[in-house]
Amino acid sequence: MNKFTGIRGRIWFKALTGQASSMPGDPHSVLTADAPIGEDKARFLCVVPDPDGRFPCARRGEVGLEEAYTLAARVREAIHADKESTKRPIIAIVDVKSQAYGRREETAGIHLAAAAAADAYASARFAGHPVIALIFGQAISGGFLTHGYQANRLLAFDDDGVLIHAMHKEAAARITRRTVAQLDKLAETVTPLSYNVRDYAKLGLLYKLLHVSDPEDPNAEDVSLVRHEVIAAIQDARKTSPDLINRIESEAARVARKASRLVRARLAEQWNH
Amino acid sequence: MKDPILTREYLKRRSFIELSARDRAKCLFDSGTGRELAGPFDRIESPWLAMQDVTPEADDGCIVMRGTIGGQQAVVIAFAGAFQGGAIGEVSGAKLTAALDLACADNEKGIRTSAVLLLETGGVRLQEANLGLAAVAEIISSIIALRRHAPVISLTAGTVGCFGGMSLAAGVSSYVVMTRQGRLGLNGPEVIEEESGVEEFDASDRSLIWSIFGGQQRYDQGLVDALVDDDADQIVKTVRDLIAQGVPPVHRSEQVDLYRSRITALDNSRQWNPEELHSWKNQNKKENQ
Repeated sequence: MNKFTGIRGRIWFKALTGQASSMPGDPHSVLTADAPIGEDKARFLCVVPDPDGRFPCARRGEVGLEEAYTLAARVREAIHADKESTKRPIIAIVDVKSQAYGRREETAGIHLAAAAAADAYASARFAGHPVIALIFGQAISGGFLTHGYQANRLLAFDDDGVLIHAMHKEAAARITRRTVAQLDKLAETVTPLSYNVRDYAKLGLLYKLLHVSDPEDPNAEDVSLVRHEVIAAIQDARKTSPDLINRIESEAARVARKASRLVRARLAEQWNH
Repeated sequence: MKDPILTREYLKRRSFIELSARDRAKCLFDSGTGRELAGPFDRIESPWLAMQDVTPEADDGCIVMRGTIGGQQAVVIAFAGAFQGGAIGEVSGAKLTAALDLACADNEKGIRTSAVLLLETGGVRLQEANLGLAAVAEIISSIIALRRHAPVISLTAGTVGCFGGMSLAAGVSSYVVMTRQGRLGLNGPEVIEEESGVEEFDASDRSLIWSIFGGQQRYDQGLVDALVDDDADQIVKTVRDLIAQGVPPVHRSEQVDLYRSRITALDNSRQWNPEELHSWKNQNKKENQ
């Protein structure tokens, strides 16, 4: 487990927006700011730990009920405000431990809260907003589906502190009845099992891997590099279709997601015959 | 409502739950119109399972069928809970996304095509971890693209239920249909117990599980649009009616302010009796009047 969980999000939010606060009425676990980037003013969003949060299972950087509905509300606010004007980029800074695992959460339907946030991000994308996810720490499971995975472009640090996965390693090993060592061994050949971001990059889902000197303590050069890459990603997103087809058309996906591509081709062939 | 167990009609019913995923899909179509695409004879198997000494299936546990329902074009995508707990792998996930995208393209050409998702799934297949998770993100996106044109209906009849990332797929659907034998939630009981402790959730407590995740509760709290019996004919009629009804004026997952205010109003200092949330449904009714 990464000891820096939830720290990188706040650091980078501050580095890119010059502030680190929540909007009025929002829980302190969701940072939202409109800040300039390139020619644009973008909306930045980040989920951070809040030890005083209302819900006990969502205090350590998990995405819970309040976080998901707040993200949904702040993204929809931007969609609504830009209805008749330039669609501002929406930047999700991702450092989420997971979704919140709690009884209150399930009772109140956290699946709908998570769906509402994913819906808002996807709707922003279909409305023409460039949606960029910056995976700077953990991006696990339902937490990532809720915050970030609907982006047109995914960027991640090439760094051991970045963890993109369906489940934390210990739990995944237990549920698939393996030891962590066996899981690590398998991941050397079964790329989607790997917890290494370089292996993740081989799947063809990422737009770019970024190299900075210190993800936890960025210098001016690091920040400038990230800004530069975000601007490039925004421009690229604006040029292409608003769906997620780039994740399957990329050069790496043509190798790693051969089976997905075969399914798409076969279904298209048989659709009308 | 009369207790359905005690009626003669219920005894004569045709069970939907007892049907295989393929037969479930088939029975939803107008007689003889259901045609399977990328079926088992196409043999598109998971490329990742055999590498892990897990036996793959020729349809990867996902059935795609096209035909008409109530005279309208529709595609049904059914997950077989019997294979890997219906979990989403690269191939099964790609089947669902591709079917949704083809339906969307047809709508854009003026051929109205709805989708029905039969969700019996534990979520992402952990043997295909990151490609399963990526598939779920794409599924959510493709549902949202399609539902602008035609309804996307999620049906969870049981007995696997709909959990993990696929609960978000149900969440963004136009309509959610459940039986009392179905369950719906993001995190299953075992996962909560494991992550947050038995004090938070006792996964051996069956009545607790059903009181929170069960179709009856999800319907009573207004998170489900139709609660049906385990009766194939009733389910067919419900799906047909919802397709005829068309796209709802606003989808549930778009009603952010409403649901957000409900969460804000909850007393966070204690666990809630699931019945307390039945007031949500009554409020839904009032707002629709």
